[in-house]
Amino acid sequence: MKSNNASLFNLKAALLVSGTLFFSACGGNNKEGNSSTTAGDNLTGSIQIDGSSTVYPVTEAVAEEFRAEAPDVKVTVGVSGTGGGFKKFVRGEIDINNSSRSIKEEEAATAKENNISYLELPITYDGLTVVVNPENTWATSMTVAELKKIWEPAAQGKIMRWNQIRPEWPNEEIHLFGAGVESGTYDYFTEAIVGKSHSSRGDYTASEDDNVLVQGVSTDKNALGFFGYAYFLENQGKLKAVAIDDQNDANGKGAILPSVETVKNGTYAPLSRPLFIYINSKAAARPEVVQFVNFYLDNASDLSSEVGYIPLPAEEIQKQKQKFQEFASGLKK
Amino acid sequence: MTNTTRNRIKDKAFQFFGVFCLLVGLVFLGALLVDIVTRGMGRIDWDFLTSLPSRRASRSGILTAWAGTLWILVLTSLIAFPLGIAAGVYLEEYTKKTKLSSFLEINIANLAGVPSIIYGLLGLEVFVRQMGLGASLLSGALTLSLLILPIVIVTTREALKAVPQTVRQGSFALGATKWQTTWRQVLPASFGGILTGVILALSRAVGEAAPLIVVGALAYVPFVPSSPNDEFTVLPIQIFNWTSRPQAEFLVNAAAAIIMLLFITFLLNGIAVYLRNRQQKKIKW
Repeated sequence: MKSNNASLFNLKAALLVSGTLFFSACGGNNKEGNSSTTAGDNLTGSIQIDGSSTVYPVTEAVAEEFRAEAPDVKVTVGVSGTGGGFKKFVRGEIDINNSSRSIKEEEAATAKENNISYLELPITYDGLTVVVNPENTWATSMTVAELKKIWEPAAQGKIMRWNQIRPEWPNEEIHLFGAGVESGTYDYFTEAIVGKSHSSRGDYTASEDDNVLVQGVSTDKNALGFFGYAYFLENQGKLKAVAIDDQNDANGKGAILPSVETVKNGTYAPLSRPLFIYINSKAAARPEVVQFVNFYLDNASDLSSEVGYIPLPAEEIQKQKQKFQEFASGLKK
Repeated sequence: MTNTTRNRIKDKAFQFFGVFCLLVGLVFLGALLVDIVTRGMGRIDWDFLTSLPSRRASRSGILTAWAGTLWILVLTSLIAFPLGIAAGVYLEEYTKKTKLSSFLEINIANLAGVPSIIYGLLGLEVFVRQMGLGASLLSGALTLSLLILPIVIVTTREALKAVPQTVRQGSFALGATKWQTTWRQVLPASFGGILTGVILALSRAVGEAAPLIVVGALAYVPFVPSSPNDEFTVLPIQIFNWTSRPQAEFLVNAAAAIIMLLFITFLLNGIAVYLRNRQQKKIKW
């Protein structure tokens, strides 16, 4: 047998290199406070953002444009989901959390334990859209009570046909599609429709990927589903929106279809929802974060409509800017 | 019908069955490849490879994603292979067959079946938090190393088993120590088999997204990592992100990124196959 010296050398070298690498790495390196203060456009440092995949497109767009404003600030964005992001946020591991719902009590409690204070800023609206297949001729509008009848936990295994919701609707099976239970979208929908967050029937097709839901509803005549307005907007040919009647004439009479107008003026209730960013107060003391958040609010309207969301009214944005200014200047004292 | 003809028919039948089994796999793979290539090939150009992610699908690129994937692959190889191969050598060449060693053996095989997200959670707690490495390339690579270690160990052992005992005995007879025998005879002789394991392990690591997301790999990273301590993203995360976007143009981007991911995998496997063949030619017993 002949042994090969060259490859043997490779093996030895690999062992050596990785050995040193492994141990030197164990020394640990703490990336902390990597911000330095310089004025104006010469800002440096890094901003760590994580959280909701629903808010991600807006924040990604803002981060992309912010590079022109402050090229030396490294803004990174993750997609751990609203809950996953908050887990990091309340430990002070990230500067900003993208969130498709408000912070939960237990999350807020953990933040307090860890001495983390923060500010919530709504940055855009989304209209959760209830959709059916275009071949579905009957369900043009539904009341919140009817939706509740379909989605509440008690409906599981019982409400299985369209004519159980309204007798004049066909005696056909109803196939349900909705957001996965880990998403902020699910929490919001159940809160608004069932009345209790994170509680619904379990026998429906759940997916965290909204394109799967689009696919499901667009190929099934008896389907009913819900997801963010952007997905409806991009697939209008394949889907039909259901008008929602909350039986409260104070915010618009009768059943109302989601649109930029009805979401903005609040008549598309109760399924219009605000999307938020949460800012850690320690981060908000850093000039690059202040600049980034201001830039975010200044551009949120344009950029959010570009990615399919519905911008906040101008006066509302102004209010948020003021809120942030007070928050940030309060930190300096 | 005589016995001979009956056996011949059986023989032919099995041959057809074998071809059929092979085709089942190949047809699906072929369909997927054709689908991906027709969707994504036109999107791949120099700009796509050298641009940062963007909200506009047409301006978006995979620079940081493929750079991150390469970093992760190199680091994972450097960490996992020496550890895995050394562990395999120890288990195969040094331990005696005791209850403990067979217990270890079963558990290593079991580890290969643990869902990858579990490794992600382990990596998050141990590497990111306890060891303070943060959401860095190094944390990601260490996590993936844990994930592929069982595969490396098991295949290393199989490769070592395939080396004839007579080789070891011959070496001992000439007065070589166990270490000399293992290092100069057994390891070089099993190099080809070990590399096969390495190929399988790397191919698994390159497609993982879930454990890396848990460890803290990001979706939007506007810079190419320059050290193992940097934050990062990888191609599977970029692909996942794009497939879940509402705009159809992002799906084309995802297809193009999948082609690049396949290309990187093929390239790495190609290198490993080349090394293996070169090595095998030099072994003559």
